[in-house]
Amino acid sequence: MAQHADNAYYVPHATRWPIVGSLGMIIMLASAAYWLNGASAARWSFLLGVAILVFMVFGWFGQVIRESERGVYNEQVDSSFRLGMAWFIFSEIMFFACFFGALFYARALVVPWLGGEGSGAATNEYLWPGYVPHWPTNGPGEVGGDFQTIPAFGIPFVNTLILLTSGVTITLAHHALKAARRTPLILWLAATVLLGLVFVVLQVEEYLEAYQVLGLTLGSGIYGSTFFMLTGFHGLHVSLGAIILLVIMLRSMRGHFTPDSHFAFEAAAWYWHFVDVVWLGLFIFVYVL
Amino acid sequence: MSSIAAHESDALRMPDAQADHKPHGFLDRWLFTTNHKDIGTLYLVFSLLMFLVGGTMALVIRAELFMPGLQLVEPDFFNQMTTMHALIMVFGAVMPAWVGFANWMIPMMIGAPDMALPRMNNWSFWILPFAFAMLLSTLFMDSGGPAAGWTLYPPLSLQTGPSFAFVVFAVHMMGISSIMGSINVIATIMNMRAPGMTLLRMPLFVWTWLITAYLLMAVMPVLAGAVTMLLTDHFFGTSFFNAAGGGDPVMFQHIFWFFGHPEVYIMILPAFGVISEILPTFSRKPLFGYAAMVYATASIAFLSFIVWAHHMFTVGMPLEGELFFMYATMLIAVPTGVKVFNWVSTMWKGAMTFETPMLFALGFVVLFTIGGLSGLMLSIAAADLQYHDTYFVVAHFHYVLVPGSVFALMAGTYYWLPKWTGRMYSERWGKTHFWLSAIFVNVLFFPQHFLGLAGMPRRIPDYSPQFADFNQWSSIGGFLFGATQLIFVGVIVHCVWFSRKPARARVWESARGLEWTVPSPAPYHTFAEPPDIDESMVVHADEVSH
Repeated sequence: MAQHADNAYYVPHATRWPIVGSLGMIIMLASAAYWLNGASAARWSFLLGVAILVFMVFGWFGQVIRESERGVYNEQVDSSFRLGMAWFIFSEIMFFACFFGALFYARALVVPWLGGEGSGAATNEYLWPGYVPHWPTNGPGEVGGDFQTIPAFGIPFVNTLILLTSGVTITLAHHALKAARRTPLILWLAATVLLGLVFVVLQVEEYLEAYQVLGLTLGSGIYGSTFFMLTGFHGLHVSLGAIILLVIMLRSMRGHFTPDSHFAFEAAAWYWHFVDVVWLGLFIFVYVL
Repeated sequence: MSSIAAHESDALRMPDAQADHKPHGFLDRWLFTTNHKDIGTLYLVFSLLMFLVGGTMALVIRAELFMPGLQLVEPDFFNQMTTMHALIMVFGAVMPAWVGFANWMIPMMIGAPDMALPRMNNWSFWILPFAFAMLLSTLFMDSGGPAAGWTLYPPLSLQTGPSFAFVVFAVHMMGISSIMGSINVIATIMNMRAPGMTLLRMPLFVWTWLITAYLLMAVMPVLAGAVTMLLTDHFFGTSFFNAAGGGDPVMFQHIFWFFGHPEVYIMILPAFGVISEILPTFSRKPLFGYAAMVYATASIAFLSFIVWAHHMFTVGMPLEGELFFMYATMLIAVPTGVKVFNWVSTMWKGAMTFETPMLFALGFVVLFTIGGLSGLMLSIAAADLQYHDTYFVVAHFHYVLVPGSVFALMAGTYYWLPKWTGRMYSERWGKTHFWLSAIFVNVLFFPQHFLGLAGMPRRIPDYSPQFADFNQWSSIGGFLFGATQLIFVGVIVHCVWFSRKPARARVWESARGLEWTVPSPAPYHTFAEPPDIDESMVVHADEVSH
């Protein structure tokens, strides 16, 4: 159980940021829905919603950072933040688990059943005669047409090395922070952000090749669906992680964090490692196997 | 007194026990609040509103089903009503109501000043009104709201018109709200307990909510993923649920119910907690088998992850799958049985009195058990081929949800309303509310068992004439049950604004637990400093062996 510093609790004042966030969220999502339904003018209100959300994040986190730097958080608050971040990452893991589950279910069960295995004999014979199960596949209807896959030991392997290296650089930054060595801290953070950026650029390159050369698109049956949704959501998380690390870097340059009080740094590092581990799963199950 | 906030008076406040720190403007108080009691009140009021909205939709359904043939509404609108009724009751009424209870009671029960993350707490709530505004707005769109059932099974749900994207995004928002709420509950319970409030001294309501929060963290993201796949299948040409592309509509059912089965425990575990608080108080005995109750709750939560496909026995699973999910499901009867027997043993030889909370708790034990037993019948895969998608299933889950979760919510409301408001509610009207509810809920749902066993399918606006009698009983029961709930609203309004009878700190003479050691109404900040927990404050002191 947490220690109660000074035998008193921390309770923040009323806040306006949540309602701003809710407004931004509803404007963004309702606009997205109208946009999907063909009202392309809704893209502008969508951007407005995104802008409000970004404004909210700046305002809210800015307030928390200012309070933190003024030393108003006690150990108990620190523990609450740690628990919050850890369980947020757990929920993210479950989100990815959902898409990995879809990949495994499709590969291990659906595709063989469509090919007549197990209890799928009649399915194959009457609905999809002649379909021979294989992977990668775009299904018996060959949805999306012919496609080729991205070879694992090209860009994906390079990206694996990049993310693994970034896991090392963030750890070196952490060691520098704990040793109160500000310059290496900033440099290693910069290296990490840069590696994240290179990863994203390479992935964009990979997507362009998939769409323009290989014929592999989001519409390429179950392979294209799982491939792009898994790598796409991962790419979004890498981008978000890189932005978080960039903020941490800028804060380090302003002299934030001390060797024994730097939870924001650790939270960013946790998030970065989570993104890293998800990628290893992707590399193995989406690209290699 | 401390350096923490003394120089931060603009951004922070230091609560002290009796000072009134309530913000005074209406917006300051309700829109910007970080206070767990205010946010709890917002949740509870919102859920009551949604309960009435969802209930009105149920009455549309029951009105149409009063007679065979099509009388009142178009079949498509009927389908919209069944879909929206479920979405609103599950995500808008029952779940937010339990979060409201968690907000109000958990800090008070563990000796904390507030929730661990008060600002995020505000956001968890204030997402919900927007999410439900968006969901309800679909009813007014040209193509109408979603009509494929709350389970959103493809390919049917993919035929939803323009409202589809709105529904998916509304579900995303509800998920974000639930995840933030659960993070807050976990952080509060793990980090904010007063010294001496060890895990196995926590009131059972706190325990059941802790486990519920873990369930929510694990499954809400999965629901988000499932509806995201629906969205991309609908708008972006993916093939997750399209067999031609190598996907499978059944895969959606697996993913959905991986969320959906723990979801039903999310709605009932806090109910178990509330009942476990109320029965000891009015039996004047400590809860029988406190530790067993904790372990049973955890076992139920674990099992809830490995039984999902019992919702899909007729979908064409391999035989091994049917058998596994059948036996795993039956296993849940064991920890649930532990709970029911412990509740009965708690009452055994107790000096029982029958105030309104106790009446609802007793109604819960009896009627929830009926729902549990019909669940056991449904778990038999071979028999379920007959029951599947009939009114028997409707009867089953309404027994566990209405005289189950909803009765527990009402029991909890009557139990703690004097603590919340500082005034006593009208016992006479409370009891009237209970007896009418208990009678009409059975008139409403019991005949549905017979309808289902005789083969009446669910989610169809018309039926064969031989089902007419039982449907008329059910509809009459439904309207009377609905009308009875207006008494509930009346009792609350009376208690909050008009009652002249003040409540004592310890509202019920043998109630134990920290919430009864503070005045009624509870001060705006319950505990400015960690209270010292001694054995007499602990609800289940006799069970603590260390």
